[in-house]
Amino acid sequence: MEEREKGTSSLVMIRTLAGISALSGLLIVVAVQATTPTIKLNKAEMLKKSVFEVLPGISSFQTFKLEDDRLILLQGEDEKAVKLFIGYDQDHALKGIAVEASGQGFADVIRVLYGYDPSKQAVIAMKVLESKETPGLGDKIYTDANFAENFKALDVKLDSSHTHLANPIEVVKHGEKQNPWQIDAITGATISSKAVGKLLNQSAQEKLPIIVKNMDTLQGGGR
Amino acid sequence: MKSNYLSIVLRTSPHLSRGLSVETVMRQVIYALLPVTAMAIYTFGQSAALLLITTTLTCVLTEWIYTRLGRQEPTIGDWSAALTGLLLGLTLPPAFPLWMGVIGSIVSILVGKMIFGGLGCNIFNPALVGRAFLQASFPVAITTWSEAFAPDRFQYCASSTLAAPFLRPMVDAVSGATPLAAMKFSHQTTIVGDLFFGLTSGSTGETSAVLILLGGLYLAWRHLLDWRIPLAIMLSVALFSGIFWLAAPDRYPDPLFMLFSGGLMLGAVFMATDMVTSPLTPLGVWIYGGLIGLLVVVIRLLGGLPEGVMYAILLGNAFTPLISRMTGTKVYGTNRKLLSWK
Amino acid sequence: MNEPIYSASAKHENFDCLVRGLWKENPVLVSLLGCCPTLAVSNSVINAVSMGLATTFVLICSSALISMLRRFIPKEVRIGTFIVIIATFVTVADYLIQAISLEIHKALGAFLALIVVNCIILGRAEAFASKNTIAKSILDAIGSGIGFTLAIVCMGTIREILGNGSFAGIDLFGPSFEPWVIMILPCGGFFIFGTLMLGANIVNTRQRAKAKLGA
Repeated sequence: MEEREKGTSSLVMIRTLAGISALSGLLIVVAVQATTPTIKLNKAEMLKKSVFEVLPGISSFQTFKLEDDRLILLQGEDEKAVKLFIGYDQDHALKGIAVEASGQGFADVIRVLYGYDPSKQAVIAMKVLESKETPGLGDKIYTDANFAENFKALDVKLDSSHTHLANPIEVVKHGEKQNPWQIDAITGATISSKAVGKLLNQSAQEKLPIIVKNMDTLQGGGR
Repeated sequence: MKSNYLSIVLRTSPHLSRGLSVETVMRQVIYALLPVTAMAIYTFGQSAALLLITTTLTCVLTEWIYTRLGRQEPTIGDWSAALTGLLLGLTLPPAFPLWMGVIGSIVSILVGKMIFGGLGCNIFNPALVGRAFLQASFPVAITTWSEAFAPDRFQYCASSTLAAPFLRPMVDAVSGATPLAAMKFSHQTTIVGDLFFGLTSGSTGETSAVLILLGGLYLAWRHLLDWRIPLAIMLSVALFSGIFWLAAPDRYPDPLFMLFSGGLMLGAVFMATDMVTSPLTPLGVWIYGGLIGLLVVVIRLLGGLPEGVMYAILLGNAFTPLISRMTGTKVYGTNRKLLSWK
Repeated sequence: MNEPIYSASAKHENFDCLVRGLWKENPVLVSLLGCCPTLAVSNSVINAVSMGLATTFVLICSSALISMLRRFIPKEVRIGTFIVIIATFVTVADYLIQAISLEIHKALGAFLALIVVNCIILGRAEAFASKNTIAKSILDAIGSGIGFTLAIVCMGTIREILGNGSFAGIDLFGPSFEPWVIMILPCGGFFIFGTLMLGANIVNTRQRAKAKLGA
């Protein structure tokens, strides 16, 4: 008590802060050590679930990473790589490819995973992984069943040169969808719908030509 | 609780009383709204009549219950609750579900007025507070417009009107886009003559510009309304939309269309002129009107919504104390403003 | 330093530590602390419960540790020390929640990290834990934590029922229910917060008036 009234010496302060920091560090390390395996498992599980969701009918998938314009089977972990998930059925035949895409939405970045079926040359499903769109309006991009319907057969045919989509993905006003490459926007959530269309178009224009080019590598990857 | 608040003049004493009471003013405003109300019922039939009765009654009832519970003197005799209810009803789409109208009326009176201490203390126009709440709560219902002059409008009321409480209204097969929405989303303009006489679809009481103007003229003649406010708003809308129109006539509508479409007339004449929430000084009134007009043009032409009168007036209300203080007169013999911060 | 703040019998005193935070000194409704998470993450019951529990966890752990170390912390650096301790437990809570459910972690978003600056925790540390025994500090933290959780869950319940027609994700009214979109928007949070505070104030004012009458 007496010491306190005189004021504390710097040494005591430094000692206390250092002690507390060391204790904090220790606690955090323990927590990280204890939870990391579970967290990794959770994340992998979530991604796996999403891949199976956007590629219905597959029984297994493999992760490929994108390097320049080649696709390489990913061994082990690589946090930074641009990844594609190739789904195979029981007979190890390629069923579809799940691609991750992201772009600016109304509120924040929207991240989606979409499934591409090379035999149909179409997007067959889309799942929003992350979005902060306005609840009740913009969040209809992942709650509205009619909007999800757009991605059950979204035409993404490549043109003759195999470098671009024959018809870029377009978002049209609700009820005006006429062509298979168009997305019917949600009334009241036009900006969010357009954002999804734009990011899909961007990703498809960029990734699909590479996927088609490397189809042989991917076909063999299942074995 | 009758007060002569109309006699607040921004001059130092001595004051001269005009002998007007709140009750008289409110009653006169309601009389001025009667032609608009009649036209609304004629245009949209049963649904509009039911909606207007519901909002008016709910507002009066809410205020009565509030004063009863708070053990205060009842204030419904000053007609202001009834006026709020009527105005709220006139700004809603004709086939608006009644239960939503009830909620809007309760919010108008409770949140818009009574919470602040009752009439005279509210910052925002109560009817518009209720409408803003409804707009944010039920964005679909409040932008579903029924057709004007439907042939069976007096025999049946729209199924959405009678939607059971808390349940989603059924949307009728026929719905008419408002002139503003048609302009914004499909670039179709409506003939100004139709807008002037109210032959289009839209909110219950906003369609007939001529009747609203007549009501406004009556009030201005009786000195119950500051004619400068609507005039300032209209001039400002004409000016700013004129600039847009001259810059790109094919993209933006002409000023006449802007003036007579949507809720501009109703808002300018009956909402922005609310004595409690508009500035007190002559110069302040011009600034206030000009600001609202500018906001209307900006929201309508550059914003995401087809109509912006409601938000423009609410924002104008928010600026009112500031405008009043900025433009206050000096106290005679001193260098101090009558309404200063100190 | 260790004088008891309340001069009742020890048992009663401990009980008081526990229940004070529930209503009489409710951190949200009476002291208006921790408004940011209360407004931001109360748009559904699940979010509100997880936020409430995460905050309570941090509150209890940091109160206990601060009370334990209260003799060693010089008063000149106490705020810094408290923040370091609180931040530690927030980080621990962050990892724990990620391990429990990524969905909840995603829903809480940035507000999980912002527990660090939740005034309730620093407030209890400064006003109570740094001056009282460990047992009492823990009781106080439990009381305040539950008080916070109750308030935020109350808001979450009202907002989710009106704004989404469901309770904790369970649909209550069927598909024909018309949701009040405003309730899940931020402005709905302010409406409900104001309404709850109004209610709490009415009850408290009436009680006080009654107590005065009785005295």
